[in-house]
Amino acid sequence: MERSYDTVVIGGGPAGYSTALYCARAGLSVLVLEMLSAGGQMATTTQVENYPGFNEGIDGFDLAEKMLSGAEKFGAVSEFAEVTALYLSENPKRVVTSSGTVLAKSVILATGAGPRKLGLPGEADLVGRGVAYCATCDGMYFKGKTVAVAGGGNSAAEDARTLSQLCEKVYLIHRRDSLRAEKVYLDPLEKAGNLTFIWNTQIDELLHGDKLTGLALTDRVTGAHTTLPLDGLFVAIGRDPNTALVKGQVELDQQGYIVADETTRTSVPGVFAAGDVRTKPLRQIVTAAADGAVASHFVQAYLQTL
Amino acid sequence: MIKNITKESFHQEVEQAKEPILIDLWAPWCVYCRRLSPALDRLAEKFGDHLTVGKINVDEQPELAQELDASTIPTLYVYMNGGHGEKLVAPASQAQVEAWLQEQGAL
Repeated sequence: MERSYDTVVIGGGPAGYSTALYCARAGLSVLVLEMLSAGGQMATTTQVENYPGFNEGIDGFDLAEKMLSGAEKFGAVSEFAEVTALYLSENPKRVVTSSGTVLAKSVILATGAGPRKLGLPGEADLVGRGVAYCATCDGMYFKGKTVAVAGGGNSAAEDARTLSQLCEKVYLIHRRDSLRAEKVYLDPLEKAGNLTFIWNTQIDELLHGDKLTGLALTDRVTGAHTTLPLDGLFVAIGRDPNTALVKGQVELDQQGYIVADETTRTSVPGVFAAGDVRTKPLRQIVTAAADGAVASHFVQAYLQTL
Repeated sequence: MIKNITKESFHQEVEQAKEPILIDLWAPWCVYCRRLSPALDRLAEKFGDHLTVGKINVDEQPELAQELDASTIPTLYVYMNGGHGEKLVAPASQAQVEAWLQEQGAL
């Protein structure tokens, strides 16, 4: 006999555990399915300073553990299993995992997003051998070396700052002539003595032997081609949503995010999308957590129609 | 059971272990290692006496890290009867680690 829940939440990041907290407190039976450990992208951030209420900052991993135990305190159940297939048009919905199948009256998709790749040949093979996506994670490997950051937003600016404190030399390479990043992320860059901006430039090729040795660059204004020797490249060009599981089952936008507005309702009744994975203007821990609360409201409304 | 493995204890605890031992090469500053850690704790609990998890801090044990070719971390190996198979680097899920353990014949 398969287990059945009022709601099954797929993904144990801030969106998932916020949904679980609110649903549990509303008296619903909730299962959170997380494939690795609580937190998602949040757990790779050691210092979260922009989640309201933690004015000394908080380690993302610790915040994740708090969110998990908060939800479990009110009766949410966590299972560390990987979802391998979803049947969202069935009622109840069927969730197939690495530890068996679960039935759900409603499903919350809170699978988040991951770093976007440049899409250059050889990129996947060079991960761990010069190409990285997380300065906090991998900056230490390049201590005293020369690296570049590709990107123009807050993440790119933040990564450049982190790396300027560790590396001998940092290049910030951007396709345009100015950064999108907010002032609070830009100010530290002005002060870094070992940071050089390379504007209006695209990366054409990853030059390598066993490891990354440099980049082939093109100036998008002049057309000039140059080679930049370096030891590491940090790609900070945005996120890609984790929606492979639901392709063809719920409506996705052009970039692959699940179409869902502030109500978190997707194109399928009883299926909701919360956090980075859905269409939204700002992807932060606080907006993911907000989605969780709102999703719970609409889950309850939906369950009443059954 | 989870053990801390050093250069000094490697031979006895790992190469001479009677039961399979899952080696986890990590570092305190490696945030992905930290995300993986609870998953390995759960596996250690799930398989109890049949599987030991041996953690090697690459900052403290640089020679071991080099010997074991852990240029990217987290890197996992399973040692059985003194030898080991293919390493697993930065697994995406607990299920992936479990499947790999089964393939290696450790479970």
